[in-house]
Amino acid sequence: MSAPGYAVRDSATMLRRNLRHIQRYPSMAASTVLFPVIFLLLFGYVFGGTLGAGLGGGRAGYITYLVPGILVLTVASGSISTAVSVNMDLTEGIVARFRTMAIARVSLLTGHVLGSLIQTMAGVVLVTGVGLAMGFRSSAGLAGWLGAAGLLLLLTVALTWLSVALGIVADRPETASNLPMPLMLLPLIGSGFVPTASMPPGLRQFAEYQPFTPVTQTVRGLLTGTPIGSNWIIAIGWCVGIGVAGYLWAKAAFNRDSQP
Amino acid sequence: MAVMNLSTQNTAPAAVSVTGLAKAFGGTVVLDGIGLAVPAGSVFALLGPNGAGKTTTVRILSTLIRADRGTARIAGYDLSAEPDQIRAVIGVTGQFSAVDNLLTGEENLILMADLHHLGQAEGRRRAAELLDRFGLAGAARKMAATYSGGMRRRLDLAMTLIGEPRVIFLDEPTTGLDPRGRRDMWQIIRDLVAGGVTIFLTTQYLDEADHLADRIAVLDHGQLVAQGTPAELKRLIPGGHVSLRFADAAGLDAAVRILGGGARDDEALTLRVPGDGSVAALRTLLNQLAASPAELAEVSVHTPDLDDVFLTLTGQPQPGPEQEIVR
Repeated sequence: MSAPGYAVRDSATMLRRNLRHIQRYPSMAASTVLFPVIFLLLFGYVFGGTLGAGLGGGRAGYITYLVPGILVLTVASGSISTAVSVNMDLTEGIVARFRTMAIARVSLLTGHVLGSLIQTMAGVVLVTGVGLAMGFRSSAGLAGWLGAAGLLLLLTVALTWLSVALGIVADRPETASNLPMPLMLLPLIGSGFVPTASMPPGLRQFAEYQPFTPVTQTVRGLLTGTPIGSNWIIAIGWCVGIGVAGYLWAKAAFNRDSQP
Repeated sequence: MAVMNLSTQNTAPAAVSVTGLAKAFGGTVVLDGIGLAVPAGSVFALLGPNGAGKTTTVRILSTLIRADRGTARIAGYDLSAEPDQIRAVIGVTGQFSAVDNLLTGEENLILMADLHHLGQAEGRRRAAELLDRFGLAGAARKMAATYSGGMRRRLDLAMTLIGEPRVIFLDEPTTGLDPRGRRDMWQIIRDLVAGGVTIFLTTQYLDEADHLADRIAVLDHGQLVAQGTPAELKRLIPGGHVSLRFADAAGLDAAVRILGGGARDDEALTLRVPGDGSVAALRTLLNQLAASPAELAEVSVHTPDLDDVFLTLTGQPQPGPEQEIVR
């Protein structure tokens, strides 16, 4: 088999290993969706009435506004478990063993990325289900849903490579869990929960130009019919940029980090 | 460099050959130009105390880290130019267990089989065979996290063997094992060699090197201070002695008079006399003393062992009781 053929085969083997880890240690996967679901319940039921009144549309209208933001938050939340599991894995002796074997080096990382991708997308589906049960109503057809899913998938790929890099450079699991924290906060300091227009100057500019806002606006537009404008292209640009930078960083850090 | 290279005649081609290998971490020199050769199908032991550079040597030779200087060939491949070819023919079992704790023993082996690109059927067959051979068949479906130290080490080695490596590096394979686990590991190593593989092991246990290795190199502060067969190394040091301890000073005095010499220690009330420890020599010695008023409290026979080699070569004693006490 050719070298790229082995890379694919080895990545598939590593993916099987990571899926088994998720299955054996499900609390990590559960924590990924726990936080977004709590936020959904909290903002939908506790603050939703007031926020909905302020935005015009009541609680039901606010839940429809909120769910796209929560979906983006779910993706960001997945990056913490990715960083922690990569970090914990690298401290295990088995990674040193992999390095002494004739396998495609990057397969260990791609295995993690694919595993996290599956885990995060499962979380997105679950959170969407909770949103629908709480009264989220979408005006989108199949194309809109697929478009939103595609963008969330792209965001997941980007953030996962970034968090793999964070997991490699972190010196211990605690650090690995703290480093992606800003990613969790960004959807809140953006258009995830309230429109950026309601924020004071300074914060408002930050909120409008940070990467999560165009992603949120595009997902919201695709699912609920709000105007998208040029947000979709900016969103894709951010995702590709973050993804490529994360991939290169992760690869360089993994090759440099030869001390098991 | 003061390396005592005791024998260089090797008929078998070298499975591992190393010249001038050096490595420093930061400003600290860990390996200071070591050279060695391991004939194919033999066991080579790199012996040394903690911090001597054993693990660094294994990590360099198993392609984990690069050497600063020096060359090495493993199974005919050049270490710096052909690391992938080397990875395909070696197996490494490190000092710290390299098993996946969240997978079962069987899954760990199948993971290795998949990474060696064995077919599914062949992978399962070899996994089952190794589980059986290493006494892990009963625990095959249990997570490795639940394994004891000895089981984990056996699983680790089984994972190394699934790819049928030609050269196996074992970094302190018995450190942390109980005596029984240690004996089991020794037997496994002997069986492997009987199967034709080359073993490069590191150890800080002298008796382990003595029992297992065809050739031993003594590593101290990043330099090889001696190389040779266990017998050759033992020949480096003075012969054995018999140590006699007496009940009182009068007994010691009497013995010195009768035996006409020896190294006496008035504080410990002991007398060391040269002797090979054979029964005949011991009987003669004891008969001589029996005729005297000297009251003998203890006799110990000390045959030369690698402890003495180490002490002679490095000036550092090694722990481990190697004396047989005869009361």
